[in-house]
Amino acid sequence: MLEIRNLHASVGGKEILRGIDLTVNAGEVHAVMGPNGSGKSTLAHVLAGRESYEVTAGEVTYEGKDLLKMPPEDRAREGIFLAFQYPVEIPGVSTTYFLKAGVNAIRKHRGLEELDAIDFLAMVKEKMKLVEMEQALINRPLNEGFSGGEKKRNEIFQMGVLDPKLAILDETDSGLDIDALKIVANGVNAFRSPARAMLVITHYQRLLNYIIPDYVHVIFDGRIVKSGGKALALELEEKGYDWLKPEADLAQQTVA
Amino acid sequence: MAQDRYLADFEQFEKNGAAKEPSWVHQIRKAAISRFAELGFPTTQHEEWKYTSVAPIVKVPFRPADYEPDGLMKESLSLHTLGQAACAQLVFVNGRYSPALSSLRSLPDGVKAGSLSTALSADPIAVEPHLARHASYQNHPFVALNTAFLQDGAFVSIPKGKVVERPIHLLFVSTAPFSSAHVRPASTELSAGFGSAQDRRGEAIVSHPRNLILAGDDSQTMIVESYIGLNNALYFTNVVTEIVAGENAVVAHYKLQRESEEAFHIATVQAHLGRSSNFSSHSVDLGGALVRNDVNAVLDGQGIECTLDGLYMVAGRQHVDNHTRIDHVKPHCSSRELYKGVLGGRSKGVFNGKIYVHKDAQKTDAKQTNKNLLLSEGAVINTKPQLEIYADDVKCTHGSTIGQLDQEAIFYLRSRGIDLEAARGLLTYAFASEMIGRIKVEPIRAQLEHLLLTRLPEGSQPAVLRSLVGEGTP
Repeated sequence: MLEIRNLHASVGGKEILRGIDLTVNAGEVHAVMGPNGSGKSTLAHVLAGRESYEVTAGEVTYEGKDLLKMPPEDRAREGIFLAFQYPVEIPGVSTTYFLKAGVNAIRKHRGLEELDAIDFLAMVKEKMKLVEMEQALINRPLNEGFSGGEKKRNEIFQMGVLDPKLAILDETDSGLDIDALKIVANGVNAFRSPARAMLVITHYQRLLNYIIPDYVHVIFDGRIVKSGGKALALELEEKGYDWLKPEADLAQQTVA
Repeated sequence: MAQDRYLADFEQFEKNGAAKEPSWVHQIRKAAISRFAELGFPTTQHEEWKYTSVAPIVKVPFRPADYEPDGLMKESLSLHTLGQAACAQLVFVNGRYSPALSSLRSLPDGVKAGSLSTALSADPIAVEPHLARHASYQNHPFVALNTAFLQDGAFVSIPKGKVVERPIHLLFVSTAPFSSAHVRPASTELSAGFGSAQDRRGEAIVSHPRNLILAGDDSQTMIVESYIGLNNALYFTNVVTEIVAGENAVVAHYKLQRESEEAFHIATVQAHLGRSSNFSSHSVDLGGALVRNDVNAVLDGQGIECTLDGLYMVAGRQHVDNHTRIDHVKPHCSSRELYKGVLGGRSKGVFNGKIYVHKDAQKTDAKQTNKNLLLSEGAVINTKPQLEIYADDVKCTHGSTIGQLDQEAIFYLRSRGIDLEAARGLLTYAFASEMIGRIKVEPIRAQLEHLLLTRLPEGSQPAVLRSLVGEGTP
């Protein structure tokens, strides 16, 4: 579904991604772990199409299409969803408002009929249960006064409603207590299917106790330096990230 | 020189009306025109007009209208009336009252609403104590001009204790004729039945509507002033509205300005508020080429609550200037001001909010906020709060922001499938809708919501924005 080849990207002139290679197939859950500043979030934003991130080399193919050529709204319509690490507040615009617009834009793109208010609300009610979302919260201006947990649950709720093929979860666990974490993880797990793929970006292994990955990749200094199964996550939990530095240097030398 | 033209027109005007009017009115006129002669038109050298040049107005040889207003067909106004929602609708065409187009059927007992021109001679006892006693023309040339040329407008008087459930609508329509080179062809809604209303001299018209609203003690009322230009003509509306709120009166005032985009609109609202009264004035500026509003409230009693709200949405080369002044004269009063501007194209906005807290006005609680959204590189806003505080136990805060659409928010919406233009439109709508939400007169609020939507970029998803209005505000 997703093929990333030698992806280089910079922000503000500074190179963050230095050659990412990654392949994700439908039905798979890939975890991407790494220390702060390694490029995890940058990867997520580049895939979602944030313009301030400049791609300087490499390719990204999504379902056979050149993803980097598509504007953010087209990527969403093609089935890519990004759950933000720090979801923005939008005063005056409630989740219900823009979500309906988004849902219908995506449906239209897929050749489906648009949902009217009643059908939309019915569909939304179902999805709310998955993340224990309250109606009141989604009628309020987006993220205004939301707690960290509420913001993250809202992201997963939106994922449920928009029904993407590829979900990128950017540190969805950061700042959450165990209870909120469990709710979010339940929502994500309920979403797993052979037709969908997920990229779970996280700093801590803890989330991966609840969302069990098929593959784990470690990103260090803008490169994926090690890949493995879920056991790799436990190894990182025990040893931290420092032991990977020699491996990272090795990888850099190899490229050079 | 332009000034001389106006002075000459005044002489003519005086001659025409001299016999018929009461001498007290005549005195007021003379004093006003002589003050105008002294002041002349303001230039950008004057502090109060620093960012607003009136040269475009001074350049045009405006003449007072002199034709019958009844020729206009009722149908052409259908989009702008409040219908059953209002208990009275007074229609003025180029500043003159049109009984044929107006409706007073549901006016409650005891409430007076009608032409000021009639009231000047028929009801001087009610009018004389207040007309021109509140809006000072000493330093404001356009108020002086309006006072000199005042002739017609609305006179509304609510008796003591009366609660008027439905709003009183004052609809000012400008249907300037089309002979001037500046005027574009009239729209179809205008051409039917317009023939008889054509100004023989075919020049650009100026009107000086004068409104006087008296709300008795303990009364409650809503007044809506609408200014509409029916074709894209060049004309000049120079209006003064004086509002007097008695003790414990509640007055909600709405001013909707939708003049033609070639027109000039200079307005002064002067409110004199009595003890314990509650006054709110909401203004919406959408039209006009050059617009200047002065909204002044004098809180002349204790325990008064005053709210001034404004929304201005301009684009192209429009220029809108809002000056406000709140005088806290006595203790224990509170005032709140929120003005929001949306500026696109190469438009220019000006906001100047003055708050004067007089020496004895202890426990004053005043808050002023001006927020501006610039949608394009060429749009400009000059915003300045001015606080002069002479009492020592007060709470006064002010703030102003100038910003653009939040890029993070735009990206967020795009990442949910909404295209760039629709995302910009949605965020702009959200910014402006706060002000529309404060309008309690339902048909006006709904009308404005639709107007707001038509002025937003839609991109490829007009449904995105239209569906918002259907669902109601969050």
